[in-house]
Amino acid sequence: MALLEVKDLKVRVEEREILHGLTLTVNEGEVHAIMGPNGSGKSTLSHVIAGKPGYEVTDGEILFRGEDLLEMSPDERAAKGVFLAFQYPVEIPGVTTMNFLRTALNAQRKARGESELMVPDFLKKVREVSKSLNIPQDMLKRGVNVGFSGGEKKRNEVLQMALFEPSLCILDEMDSGLDIDALRIAADGVNALRSPGRAMVVITHYQRLLNYIVPDVVHVMSRGRVVKSGGKELALELEASGYAQFEDAA
Amino acid sequence: MPAVQETVERVKRIDVDQYRYGFETLIESDKAPKGLSEETVKFISQKKNEPDWMLQWRLEAYRRWLTMQEPTWARVDYPKIDFQDLYYYAAPKPKKTVSSLDEIDPEILKTYEKLGIPLREVAMLEGVEPKPGEEDPARRKIAVDAVFDSVSVATTFKAELKKAGVIFMPISEAIREHPELVQKYLGSVVPTSDNFYATLNSAVFSDGSFVYVPPGVRCPMELSTYFRINERNTGQFERTLIIADKGSYVSYLEGCTAPQRDENQLHAAVVELVALDDAEIKYSTVQNWYPGNSEGKGGIYNFVTKRGDCRGANSKISWTQVETGSAITWKYPSCILRGDNSRGEFYSIAISNGYQQVDSGTKMIHLGKNTSSRIISKGIAAGKSQNTYRGLVTAHRKATGARNFTACDSLLIGDKCGAHTVPYIEAKNSSATFEHEATTSKISEDVLFYCIQRGLSQEEAVGLVVNGFVKDVLQQLPMEFAVEAQKLISISLEGSVG
Repeated sequence: MALLEVKDLKVRVEEREILHGLTLTVNEGEVHAIMGPNGSGKSTLSHVIAGKPGYEVTDGEILFRGEDLLEMSPDERAAKGVFLAFQYPVEIPGVTTMNFLRTALNAQRKARGESELMVPDFLKKVREVSKSLNIPQDMLKRGVNVGFSGGEKKRNEVLQMALFEPSLCILDEMDSGLDIDALRIAADGVNALRSPGRAMVVITHYQRLLNYIVPDVVHVMSRGRVVKSGGKELALELEASGYAQFEDAA
Repeated sequence: MPAVQETVERVKRIDVDQYRYGFETLIESDKAPKGLSEETVKFISQKKNEPDWMLQWRLEAYRRWLTMQEPTWARVDYPKIDFQDLYYYAAPKPKKTVSSLDEIDPEILKTYEKLGIPLREVAMLEGVEPKPGEEDPARRKIAVDAVFDSVSVATTFKAELKKAGVIFMPISEAIREHPELVQKYLGSVVPTSDNFYATLNSAVFSDGSFVYVPPGVRCPMELSTYFRINERNTGQFERTLIIADKGSYVSYLEGCTAPQRDENQLHAAVVELVALDDAEIKYSTVQNWYPGNSEGKGGIYNFVTKRGDCRGANSKISWTQVETGSAITWKYPSCILRGDNSRGEFYSIAISNGYQQVDSGTKMIHLGKNTSSRIISKGIAAGKSQNTYRGLVTAHRKATGARNFTACDSLLIGDKCGAHTVPYIEAKNSSATFEHEATTSKISEDVLFYCIQRGLSQEEAVGLVVNGFVKDVLQQLPMEFAVEAQKLISISLEGSVG
């Protein structure tokens, strides 16, 4: 069974259709890249999978391990293993990152009927992961993303990904706002999380990110549909020739 | 449905069941005849076995009250109160004279047990798991004075406090046992003529707590009073007087709940604090009176006058309040900074949901030299509630070097509620430094979705964001109360998120 199956998905935002019948299948262990110009519906797809309010699904379905994802609330999806790394992670003043991580992790565990993680185990885990991501301990004591640089915010997303151990990671424009060094650190963090039991969907504008996170499959999106799929070489081809050739195909 | 929209939808369904303290204790009570007259005042005074000076003091207040008008300047709206349609005194009928806790009506003991208030002398909150590195709260003792309707039913740790020289007893007892202290300080901060409700309280107050901390003594434990309104159609008029003598320190907490009823009930308390030279008083309130039901029916009218007098040099008074209950709150815990170098603080979290109306804030009155004050106010409005911060900061001519810092932040949940900030600032000398900051924000859809995507339920997400918003103030509470307050904040907002 595929991990994620999106079948003929049609989505509207305020009466305007953004996705016009999108189909996508992702298996465990695979890394898929979704590329496409602005307004092609890439972010809409990631939001609908995660369950962000404000989108109306008019047709089609999304199955996660064969279960109807659209029937689940966003927090249920998170507990089932769907993780969305945000393009613009939000700031939550007054809530320390450490507290946030613990609250979220325990909420997910509770939803799955697991016991809360013991504090020493939790701290040990956070320290290990944050060290590998070059996240200083004092950052964990600050409000979630408050005063973080662009790079720090993205690393904080990867930190959460590593802690929550989701089976599907959707990375929405992870490279936006990052310089090359920050990008490399974040990408290394993501690569360390690749595993046979986990799939990733990397949404990006530019081929650049895919030099660091090398995908198994590349999809090109245009005007609300996947118009072409291929291997990693497709990304390079796009980089050379641009998206214009696909505009007509859509 | 967008998260905030959903929140708003759920607010509409706010259910009275969410108020967990709404039960009623069935017990016989001894009441004053309905209505207010000189006879009522005499009845109360007699019930309390008061000396004549006290009765005269009350009568004078009563006569003054007859000439006064109910204030209308607050941003609250309620039908006119018929003061003749209230009971001014209700006391549980004692089975016989009570000399120890075992003789208190078991129904009352059960009530406090249900509320989680320890009347036996055990350490509070034993079940709370301490966080790593923090002091185990179970080892700390808290003395409790429990006020049920118009009388104090129990005061714990009296003996241990007495050893330290601290007087902690119902004010009705203090009037008889320590008349010299009561006569000297009662009404010295909030005069009987102060305002409509304070004057009413002066005439008919029935009980409350009295604290005196002698010079140089650091009170060995937290003191607390727990107020419970039980009787129908009864006003609660408690009076609290705390005196910290030179160089002493005391931390005092109060908590309040009431049964849910369809009619409104009046609570008009007066609290007076006096800090002499180098003394410090920390006064914390967690107010959770019944707020009324989903249609705005019932709930407590909380019309309270609280004022502290930093009478001595280098004295300090700090108010911290978490206001989540009451249909209407009209409350401005204030500081008169009379002593040179004295300091006043006001930390407030005011949460309104459903049809609640809050008009609360503080007054910092700088009279002495180099006095300083700090105001941190966090207002959270949800449902169809109205939440107003009203504050006055004033420096008199001789208050050279006065300093104030004020920060008022408001958070709105949904689009049917309102937040208002009404600051008054008056500096009568040129050396005063007053700073005022204010923000108003709406709880953001994106922030909620971020939390929910990480596995938090919508309710947990709102609780987390709000707790982050009020963190600066929560930190001011004694640790035991902070834990409770944090839970209470989430509970109060349960209606706003289902």
